[in-house]
Amino acid sequence: MTKNPSNPTEERMAYLDGLIRQAKTAAAVFSQFTQQDVDGIVKAMVLAGLEQAQHLARLAMEETRIGVLEDKVIKNMVATEFVYNYIKDKPTVGTIREFPERGLVEVAEPIGVIFSLIPITNPTSTVLFKCLMAIKTRNAVIFSPHPNAWRCSSEAVRIMYETAVKHGAPEGVFTCLESHTLEDNAYLMRHKEVAMIDATGGQGAVKAAYSSGKPALGVGPGNTPVYLEKSADLSMAVVDIIVSKTFDNGTICASEQTVVIDDEIYDSALNKFAELGAHICSEKEAAILERALVDRQTGCMQAIAIGQKATDIARVAGLTVKPATKLLIAPIQGVGREHPLSVEKLCPVLSVYRARSTDEALRVCVDVNHAGGLGHTAVIFSRNNDAIQKFSQVINAGRIIVNAPGSIGALGGVYNDMVPTFSFGCGTAGGNSTTDNVNIYHYLNIKRMARRTPAPMWFRVPNQIYFNFNAVENVRQFPTRSTVIITNPGLEQIGHADIVRRYLPPEASVHVCVIPDAEPELKAILQGVEALNLYKADQIIALGGGSMIDAAKIMKLKYESPDADLEELAAPFLDIRKRAVQYPTEKINQSRLIAISTTSGTGSEVTPFAVLFDKKQGRKVTLADYSLSPDVAIIDPQFVMSMPKGLTADTGVDCLTHALEAAVSTYASCYSDCNAMQAIRMVFKYLPTAYQRPEEEEARSMMHNAACIAAMAFANAGVGVNHALAHAFGARFGVAHGRANALMLPHVIRYNASVPTKFRPSPNQRAYVAHKKYATIAELLGLGGRTIEEKVNGLAAATEQLLDQLAMPRSIAALDISKEQFEQALPDLVKIAFDDPSWLSNPRMPLMSELEELFWSAYRGRGMAPGSSAVQQAA
Amino acid sequence: MATIAVQFKIDGERVVRALEEARDKLDGAGPKMMLDLSAVKRIDAPGLRALEELAARAEDKAVNVVLRGASIEVYKVLKLMKLETRFSFAN
Repeated sequence: MTKNPSNPTEERMAYLDGLIRQAKTAAAVFSQFTQQDVDGIVKAMVLAGLEQAQHLARLAMEETRIGVLEDKVIKNMVATEFVYNYIKDKPTVGTIREFPERGLVEVAEPIGVIFSLIPITNPTSTVLFKCLMAIKTRNAVIFSPHPNAWRCSSEAVRIMYETAVKHGAPEGVFTCLESHTLEDNAYLMRHKEVAMIDATGGQGAVKAAYSSGKPALGVGPGNTPVYLEKSADLSMAVVDIIVSKTFDNGTICASEQTVVIDDEIYDSALNKFAELGAHICSEKEAAILERALVDRQTGCMQAIAIGQKATDIARVAGLTVKPATKLLIAPIQGVGREHPLSVEKLCPVLSVYRARSTDEALRVCVDVNHAGGLGHTAVIFSRNNDAIQKFSQVINAGRIIVNAPGSIGALGGVYNDMVPTFSFGCGTAGGNSTTDNVNIYHYLNIKRMARRTPAPMWFRVPNQIYFNFNAVENVRQFPTRSTVIITNPGLEQIGHADIVRRYLPPEASVHVCVIPDAEPELKAILQGVEALNLYKADQIIALGGGSMIDAAKIMKLKYESPDADLEELAAPFLDIRKRAVQYPTEKINQSRLIAISTTSGTGSEVTPFAVLFDKKQGRKVTLADYSLSPDVAIIDPQFVMSMPKGLTADTGVDCLTHALEAAVSTYASCYSDCNAMQAIRMVFKYLPTAYQRPEEEEARSMMHNAACIAAMAFANAGVGVNHALAHAFGARFGVAHGRANALMLPHVIRYNASVPTKFRPSPNQRAYVAHKKYATIAELLGLGGRTIEEKVNGLAAATEQLLDQLAMPRSIAALDISKEQFEQALPDLVKIAFDDPSWLSNPRMPLMSELEELFWSAYRGRGMAPGSSAVQQAA
Repeated sequence: MATIAVQFKIDGERVVRALEEARDKLDGAGPKMMLDLSAVKRIDAPGLRALEELAARAEDKAVNVVLRGASIEVYKVLKLMKLETRFSFAN
């Protein structure tokens, strides 16, 4: 192999490869261990770590000459006892967390081989911590200690390794590099068998880890600002800061660096610091300290001062301080290169800043935060919750410690409930992948097992539906002071509004608002809203066909919520439960909407839909929300006895289309099915009679009921592609909705019954069943047929026959629409149909090309219905 | 065809010993050797090393070693070690 200049020698590479191979084998073997196996090993390691805490602390002191022996003992104990307390009951093998209500299970997968850098500042505690995490998560680790701490670090590894293996861990699970080089580290970081790098160390090491192209956990540098706010418990704050800043002589990177003190308490704070053993530097002393402590060229503190005693630093700098001095405090006037002491100082030297206002204090804290400490740690002492909140918003730190020491607070588990750690994630601002306190979950690949969740379903209809002859009398039971009846000129003229008026309470003022009987346009709607406002209506009675009731729904929406933006509310959506827009819930007038249908088709009296005609764009806009549903529906056949034949046929076909589409909808349920199937039976049985002998009250009444029952089905299951096609076509060529539906219906049945070119994601439908449901309908209608295919064909034929009986046009061509006209309109028709939300519940996801083909089929038209006698049978 | 059943639980030396025995018998094994791992619930590092050595020797001698009844856990370990390509598997 050609030697890469940045690689170690071939011999060294072979040695490192051997280490990797050993770790990889250990990780593979470890993957078979159970939780019980792992927990047993971890406990033994914790006990060994506790037993050796002082021994390891002494070794670290002897080798590094950094920090405080007693504090290093505590660190080792925190790294074992506190970490154990956090991890001992946490599952890390197999299923680790379950969310039954969401159907989610998290399953642990070990990472494999981790390459881990250990810092000089915490050379044994970090090892203890990482060894426990690795065993708990069934990973193997190759440790690379700081060159000036490798003896104590490798001793810590040895103790952990021997204990682990003695208690069953695979051999080779930990390895510690000795007398290694930066080239070794670089080689291992890039090694294909190393799964992850955990770099706790200096900025260079962290950067190298992230540059390796491997998944890495890195810990950024710190520069912890502290805001000592005027409401703080000063005695507690001063002690906490001293505890923290002198802990292990300030070697923890989360320790306090600059304390920004409100002017009001500045002097008393410094007095307290002095009383408790801090030396407050004069301006001249601060300048001397600055020159001794900070490297002018790099702007960083001199490495030689890391973890040294305050008195030693003072002596080297040439300052005279009392022998018991714990901490050197140097006032600074600003932050940045011109103020060298504002940098991170991993020793018992603290800078302080007098802030004349809260704004200034926060600004200086942000400056310190940005001067090398982004993402790391910040501290605030305050009793003012607003100040604490503000601080947390402006400071970018993974740990914002409130009223507690920064260093020990950030370690977690001692002064607060944060996760115990010896690795502080600093987020993207610190060049890290996480802001967390690094813990066992970062040593795991967490697999999410997501079970199929049953889609939430519903069946929502107005809670009061009155039907049968003279059901209108029920309006009398609703209290009202002001009722507005919304109707059309024709119904007003033939006295329908008077019939309603007859049953309203005599004390109520009743006004009739007559609007044209066409698909509602915005202008007419707004006129109606004006009337509602004028009469301060507490009850709205929509008397008319689907268009009239739709108009009343939209009027009520605008009357109750004037700011409702119809354009926005009509925004397309995939799933009504997850739609981007929300209908207003606040209703300023609390009015009631009673819908009295005078046609037997749309079923608008029980549906949450309203269609608005967008005259400007020549298209229909569908609003859909259950808040649009009328409060009360009245299905009184007396209002449909005078329906003309053509309207009876159109609305009847609309009703049949609703029921057929709801039956095969992807949102169909057993609740909607029973309505859909019953409605289909009623239509086949009663529609021909209602059409041919309009005076037959039973047929009229049953068709009126059928329309409402079908609407209850599609109000909950939705419609389908038939409606999408009919909406587009009807709006473009001014063809009545029922008639437009009729042109598409047989083609859509055949289309839906064949295997979809494209399936649409639909969690509520477990299988493709449209063809079977059509077959069930055929059976219900007694159409015969042995196979599903025969039954589907029978249903399509029976539908064609019914349409013929109703004198429905057989083709678009039969409407005197020329092929050229149609061809010209087709691209727009396809586009509009595809944008129509009606098809979202269709069992087949229509491709644009399929929509085009369906339009052409409707243009060419249906043939004579062959042989089905369904209509006669049903009749 | 020689069939050697490895019927011992892991962390015993017996798995290793059985694999070593198998390795020593490769000469008379013919073109195929079958090892029954159905009793092996867990495999350790020495076991993996013995398997590796067996694979190497079998390759030299052009013997196809078939591992029968390896549990999915053991199979996954072989996969992690990229050892599975050196054996055939049978149920």
